[in-house]
Amino acid sequence: MVAPLEQAFRDQWGRVLATLIGFLGDFDLAEEAAQEAFAIAARRWPVDGTPANPGAWLIATGRNRAIDRIRRDRTLAAKTRRLQAPEAAEVEMDDTTIFPDERLELLFTCCHPALATDAQVALTLRALGGLTTAEIARAFLVPEPTMAQRLVRAKRKIAAAGIPFRVPPAHLLPERLDAVLAIVYLIFNEGYAGRGDLAAEAIRLGRALAELMPDEPEVQGLLALMLLLDARREARFRGDDLVLLDDQDHALWDAVQIEDGRSVLDRALALHGHGPYVVQAAIASLHADRPRDWPQIAVLYGELSRQTGSPVVELNRAVAVAEVEGPSAGLAIVDRIDLGDYRYLHSTRGEMLRRLGRTDEARSSYVRALELVHDDAERRLLERKLAELDGPAPEAG
Amino acid sequence: MLLIHQGTTPTPNSPEDWARLSQDEQNAVYGAYQKINENPGVTAGLGLAPPETATTVRVQDGRTLTTDGPFVETKEALGGYLIFEADDLDAAIELAASIPAASMGGAIEVRPVVEW
Repeated sequence: MVAPLEQAFRDQWGRVLATLIGFLGDFDLAEEAAQEAFAIAARRWPVDGTPANPGAWLIATGRNRAIDRIRRDRTLAAKTRRLQAPEAAEVEMDDTTIFPDERLELLFTCCHPALATDAQVALTLRALGGLTTAEIARAFLVPEPTMAQRLVRAKRKIAAAGIPFRVPPAHLLPERLDAVLAIVYLIFNEGYAGRGDLAAEAIRLGRALAELMPDEPEVQGLLALMLLLDARREARFRGDDLVLLDDQDHALWDAVQIEDGRSVLDRALALHGHGPYVVQAAIASLHADRPRDWPQIAVLYGELSRQTGSPVVELNRAVAVAEVEGPSAGLAIVDRIDLGDYRYLHSTRGEMLRRLGRTDEARSSYVRALELVHDDAERRLLERKLAELDGPAPEAG
Repeated sequence: MLLIHQGTTPTPNSPEDWARLSQDEQNAVYGAYQKINENPGVTAGLGLAPPETATTVRVQDGRTLTTDGPFVETKEALGGYLIFEADDLDAAIELAASIPAASMGGAIEVRPVVEW
């Protein structure tokens, strides 16, 4: 298969699957139909040329194949209650038919709270991202059969428990949308830790969501946040070593993506967005400026802290306050935070104590942080920080 | 089927706990159940006597073994159930959330009934 064709397939998968689930009322049947349609396309398009409307071609082909199967197999027909009405089955569809976009319905289904979080993540990547089971398993460092089982169980739960295929009604929408945004951001954060392809997937999902829900400010906010954070991906590592924001080579930042992220942020602000994702995106945007507007960053962290009550946000606020008012003020905030086993609390304390010249206390904090770290790149960074302090490092206890 | 686990919810089955609720709170519980039973999709089930009255039965090597008490931890044990003909899971979740046990120290298990 030619690489551009494969990319076109990836782009179409979610849309085709969603529409087929809408028609057939059954996830597995729709998935098989979609796979059949894509397989036929892979044989025919290189020969016949790509159709003018590839999505519609795939949907029509998949649907027709599914109907043929149902006609031949009566047990299958019993499963797909939707097609019991004979008129529905008779309507001919081809690649000129306008199909409704049901990706939103599919996304809300995959992120339904009745499913376990890791099932929501896997299903979203499979159904909307078009990733193969093997690709998802690799991304989460889980054996392929385990991931395959996870997907099978999730689809079974959707069917058996009666999870509806729809965009939730208004009274459920706010909490359900929060869940969807959380899953997309979770996928992004998995990618942010180093598995770059997941970050790109999350951004693709974010773009689709922003296109499908253009008036939701937090949706725009999340997309802006991901674009702005991801724009720094080339600068975050030097070989295998982590590079802190202050030390990053700005030439390695993706300037086009930063602009893109900022215009999405502007859209969010024009929609009067002021929720947590919008605020985080605004902070990320400010971090891309030189010189940095630390007072404004501190104010925004304050707002985020107020909205979320998150001690991690308070920690970030402490860092910004330290830049504006000095390390004593920052340390005062850090010391009020209850996050005993959070490695970044101790590394941040270490940094502030270092700036205050309280070297021995700084050393203890870095040592504590090192006890809590579980990532090689982070470990090496902390060891470097320790080594940079005056005087020899203490004997390991 | 909505399986009602009372957990630490005060119920008339345990008079001292029930007496700690105000008259208004007790009336609210009765009112909630009345509303649920008036829902056309609901088939009222049975309320069960407290878990301490249960006997658990197993058969091993042809011998019937009985133990005093419920199969699970007493505080996890079933308190009652009802059947709800729901359009979808969201509708069942909404009904489950209105059952007093859900907000007063217990939990509701929502499980589909197998149709043969």
